[in-house]
Amino acid sequence: MLRITDLFARVEEKEILKGLNLTVKPGEVHAIMGPNGAGKSTLGNVLSGREGYEVTGGKVEFNGKDLFDLEIEERAREGLFLAFQYPVEIPGVSNMEFLKAAVDAKRKHKGDSELSAVEFMKVAREASKRVSLDQAFLKRGVNEGFSGGEKKRNEIMQMMLLEPSLCILDETDSGLDIDALQVVANGVNAMRSPERSFIVVTHYQRLLDYIVPDYVHVLANGKIVKTGDKSLALELEEKGYAWLEDEAV
Amino acid sequence: MSEQVEHLIKKEYAAGFHTNIVSETLPPGLNEDVIRFISAKKSEPEWLLDWRLKAYKAWQEMSEPTWAHVNYDEIDFQAVSYYSAPKSMDEKPKSLDEVDPELLRTYEKLGIPLHEQAALAGVAMDVVFDSVSVVTTFREKLLEAGVIFCSISEAVQKYPELIKKYLGSVVPQKDNFYAALNSAVFSDGSFVYIPKGVRCPMELSTYFRINEQNTGQFERTLIVAEEGSYVSYLEGCTAPMRDENQLHAAVVELVALDNAEIKYSTVQNWYPGNEEGKGGIYNFVTKRGVCHTNAKISWTQVETGSAVTWKYPSCVLRGDNSVGEFYSVALTNNYQQADTGTKMIHIGKNTRSTIISKGISAGKSSNAYRGLVRINPGAEGARNYTQCDSLLIGDKCGAHTFPYIESKNPTAVIEHEATTSKVSEDQMFLCQQRGLDAEKAVSMIVNGFCREVFKELPMEFAVEAGKLLEVSLEGSVG
Repeated sequence: MLRITDLFARVEEKEILKGLNLTVKPGEVHAIMGPNGAGKSTLGNVLSGREGYEVTGGKVEFNGKDLFDLEIEERAREGLFLAFQYPVEIPGVSNMEFLKAAVDAKRKHKGDSELSAVEFMKVAREASKRVSLDQAFLKRGVNEGFSGGEKKRNEIMQMMLLEPSLCILDETDSGLDIDALQVVANGVNAMRSPERSFIVVTHYQRLLDYIVPDYVHVLANGKIVKTGDKSLALELEEKGYAWLEDEAV
Repeated sequence: MSEQVEHLIKKEYAAGFHTNIVSETLPPGLNEDVIRFISAKKSEPEWLLDWRLKAYKAWQEMSEPTWAHVNYDEIDFQAVSYYSAPKSMDEKPKSLDEVDPELLRTYEKLGIPLHEQAALAGVAMDVVFDSVSVVTTFREKLLEAGVIFCSISEAVQKYPELIKKYLGSVVPQKDNFYAALNSAVFSDGSFVYIPKGVRCPMELSTYFRINEQNTGQFERTLIVAEEGSYVSYLEGCTAPMRDENQLHAAVVELVALDNAEIKYSTVQNWYPGNEEGKGGIYNFVTKRGVCHTNAKISWTQVETGSAVTWKYPSCVLRGDNSVGEFYSVALTNNYQQADTGTKMIHIGKNTRSTIISKGISAGKSSNAYRGLVRINPGAEGARNYTQCDSLLIGDKCGAHTFPYIESKNPTAVIEHEATTSKVSEDQMFLCQQRGLDAEKAVSMIVNGFCREVFKELPMEFAVEAGKLLEVSLEGSVG
């Protein structure tokens, strides 16, 4: 699915990732934890191709392709999905219109025909129900005036509709109350399958009570310094990150 | 994103072809003889010739306004031809079968079928080619309802009393430099009359086409809505791609009598000039409507064309409780310049006006909103709400807002909101991360920005406007 080898990347001249290695197999859920400024969000942005993130070394293979050969939208159509930490608003563009354009772009890429408005409406309603978003949100502008929790649920709804093969959740739990967290986690769990992988980036162990990972990695100083199973997350909760950061230097 | 956005601008102007047709075109130049020629050509009554000559005299003493936020080389008004008409129109065709097929093909290519059976359901159309009206569709059907829809030249012959009463009643001959010029040389345009209490059964539409080289188009539109009537009217316009600038100076007058409502929509797509800013139409237009008691006039405009646009569709809210609205999307790209907005003159009591202006600038263009809200001393309880939003694409364009507010009545409530934003990197990234290409992303974001205005357009045209925006923005990202 995803093989990251010796990845170096920088933002505005500052080296953030410094030789990161990570392999994700189909069906696996990997949690990435670490202190602030360790490069957790950078990883998701680099993988999805965001402007301003410069890759200076290493390579990433995604479903057999060199990820860095693909444009942002091509990566997305190939099945890479990034759930944003701070989803942006697009005033005046209805959620429905936006989602349909996204789904159609992906279908076209796969050689399928576009969905009719009626067909799409049906799947979109289904998805909104699954993340407990009222259907009225489909008609509103993309994230326009949504609360923090509504924005995150909207992200998960997009993920459901686009059926990506690799989902990267960038601190999706930040700013969520416990009810919203459960809705988000249920959405993710419902999507787990032998063909779909997840990278869950989080600062807190709390989310991992709901989305149980196969692996937990600690990212510090731009590389993965420790890997374990879900018990590692509990250990981190207890001890903090300082003892590992020392190791990384 | 700045890098992506650098590129805008590579789309061919689809309406840019030239129709090869034999025309009778006056040599360039303007003098009294030219005005007499135009008037004679249209067999006008004496009073109208005098009216034109008076306008011409006034024009000679006026000078070109320079206050607008636009720059262009001085126009040589003696280098413009003031009349051009297809030879085949010498004998006015009695039906579509008699119209030169080459002309019909022109409109077909523009996507405007003139045969009634092929026409957009529910839309009657008057088409103006250079200086003459070619055909007006659905006239009989409209006449059944008592609605008059014909070219203004024809109206002068058939309904002289109405023309005499209303022509120049809203925009006087000496109103401004371009209105005076238009009054002197106007050649054709549309006339609409809706009788008392009638709701016009169809959308009315005029399509303006400039074809001939070095020719100006000076059309005049007059719409009179009698008491309690309603009409929705739409105008569209295109021109061939030429390296020289061409002049378009129109006057539109609307009269909404007591309890009447006029909805006037424009989709303006004159040739904007090429990527280097060569060629394009100079669009200097005066549009104004008068609202009597309880009447309402609503202007909606989508402006994507022209090299220079100078245009302020306005409402004079003369009657008590009358309502004026202005919804505008103005998009400029490459080297286009637009100075556009509105004037809302509150005279009657409890008059209300709403102004929603959306300016989008891309490339190296300049886009200015200029608006005046004036509350006269007698306008007790007048209200105005103005919202001006500017959207910038790239970092070489400019957006400017010049709002003028004059209130002479302490009971008036005036609100003005203005925002300037950029198509943000985050918005682009979200769209692209969901699989949309950059161009689709920009057009979607821009369309969203304009939504409040598009929803005011008649349905068929709202879709067109969205597409037009997409085409005008093509190449804005790469």
